[in-house]
Amino acid sequence: MKGRGLFFYAGIYLLFLYAPIILLPIFAFNDSTIIAFPLSGFTTGWFAELATIDALHDAVRNSLFIAVLTAIFSTLLGLCAARAATRYRFPARGGLMTLIMTPLVLPEIIVAVSLLVVMVQLLDLRLSSWTVIAAHTLICTPFCIAILNSSFQNLDASLEEAAIDLGESRFSTFRLVTLPLVMPGIIAALLISFTISLDEFIIAFFLTGSEPTLPVYIWGLLRFPQRLPAVMALGTILVALSILLLIVAEYFRRRGVARAGKEDSGGFL
Amino acid sequence: MDRDARRGLLLISPTALYAIALLAAPLAAILLFSFWSQDFLEIDRTLTLKNYREALTEPLYRLLLWRSLLISLAVTVVTVLLAFPIAYFVSFHVRPGRKALWIFLITIPFWTSYLVRVFLWKVILGFNGVLNTSLIGIGVIDEPLTFILYNANAVVITLAHAFAPFAILPIFVALEKIDRSLLEASRDLGESAMSTFFRVTLPLAMPGVVAAVLIVFIPTIGDYVTPRLVGGPDGLMIANMIQTQFLRLNNAPLGAALAVVAMVMVSVVALAFIWLNRRWLGGDGR
Repeated sequence: MKGRGLFFYAGIYLLFLYAPIILLPIFAFNDSTIIAFPLSGFTTGWFAELATIDALHDAVRNSLFIAVLTAIFSTLLGLCAARAATRYRFPARGGLMTLIMTPLVLPEIIVAVSLLVVMVQLLDLRLSSWTVIAAHTLICTPFCIAILNSSFQNLDASLEEAAIDLGESRFSTFRLVTLPLVMPGIIAALLISFTISLDEFIIAFFLTGSEPTLPVYIWGLLRFPQRLPAVMALGTILVALSILLLIVAEYFRRRGVARAGKEDSGGFL
Repeated sequence: MDRDARRGLLLISPTALYAIALLAAPLAAILLFSFWSQDFLEIDRTLTLKNYREALTEPLYRLLLWRSLLISLAVTVVTVLLAFPIAYFVSFHVRPGRKALWIFLITIPFWTSYLVRVFLWKVILGFNGVLNTSLIGIGVIDEPLTFILYNANAVVITLAHAFAPFAILPIFVALEKIDRSLLEASRDLGESAMSTFFRVTLPLAMPGVVAAVLIVFIPTIGDYVTPRLVGGPDGLMIANMIQTQFLRLNNAPLGAALAVVAMVMVSVVALAFIWLNRRWLGGDGR
């Protein structure tokens, strides 16, 4: 009986969680410039409008560039830290890992303003996509580490020892044994950091130069009521894309768990 | 230092150096910056407490700091209270094979376009919004509810939505770790289901609850998108002012001081919470 009450509550809660995502495509296909009920008619015109906005295409290209590089850098940095933390004992391990994981709980605006001060006021750098990449790599690395930590923890150390005993070098052991086993974790980390970077606004708003990222561009559009239906269409595409990426990431994460012969115990983070 | 320690340090060094260069050093820089002052277009580099005096005495900044603290506390309480039953449900009432799917379902909305999500809450909560039209439609209310948009309530609802997975996941992990035989033992020894929950399950889940509180409470103070879009004039928070000082008023030192004050404020509350929790859990003889 208690279980059924909780099940009912879980249903309501999921509705609360999904309410915005359910509404998004409804308004994206609605034939009215006002984002409200009642709906007036079906149209795909807002999607067609997206194809005509050049500034939007620049923003998408810019965001993709930033997200791809962020994903690569943060996964590489995450690999180093996760491998070091799970495999070796060394002085200041706890302290260093705490520092590296701090962006997970630090308010994003603190990261944004502190980097802005250093880059503009102290170093006199010009803001560009690279400043955004630097900041995004910082905040995505902890997520990569969280995913890769569990990959490395699931790894059976005796497999590596066996390879070394059989005459492989440390490097070739890593390449031939370790890497394939943690590859699903690496792919999941790449996809997650790509998704975070693509969607990040608070920091990007402070650190983009003259070329806006996609969220910064969307933020500008939100001020123009006549543009809102197009934003809904754009949002629908983004949501569909992120769900697709997440399903792929989840698939690889699970495959990783299965490959390590462990029982699956939950999702990301 | 043995070989393992050297290898470990070498391997972690790129990530650690990156964090030192782009996190620790900038945080130190912003602290230093908050003691400088803006002199029209130039930065005056003599150390002064002027910004802090202004941040702590100007009524507007005091109001924004106080309101941000209250909103963050409200968001934390609402988010964690709503999240606990979900985490409990998934951990105790979902078949083991289905748990990963539930967790996946819960995390999906979190990964989807943040700006658009916040904007849609404006659409949901508005005067002619989805919530009001449907409540009037089914006859629950006659007049549209007006206390749910352009004020602090709207900010709390929207942020509680944004941070939901952050609260659910740590609690879920803590609940998963509980040895189920302890619960059986409690029941066998004559405790009711209710007292088993309060005397065994909840204390064992506390580490997860503490993590959830911290991971929701601390970042909430730094959000300026939600207050700007759904908060109205009475729902603006300190992060909006920090953003304005940096990007519009061009008074970065004052903005830095406000950021430092806000961080100190949340850190003190967070540390007090951890301390109270330790004392409460440690002093109870459990």
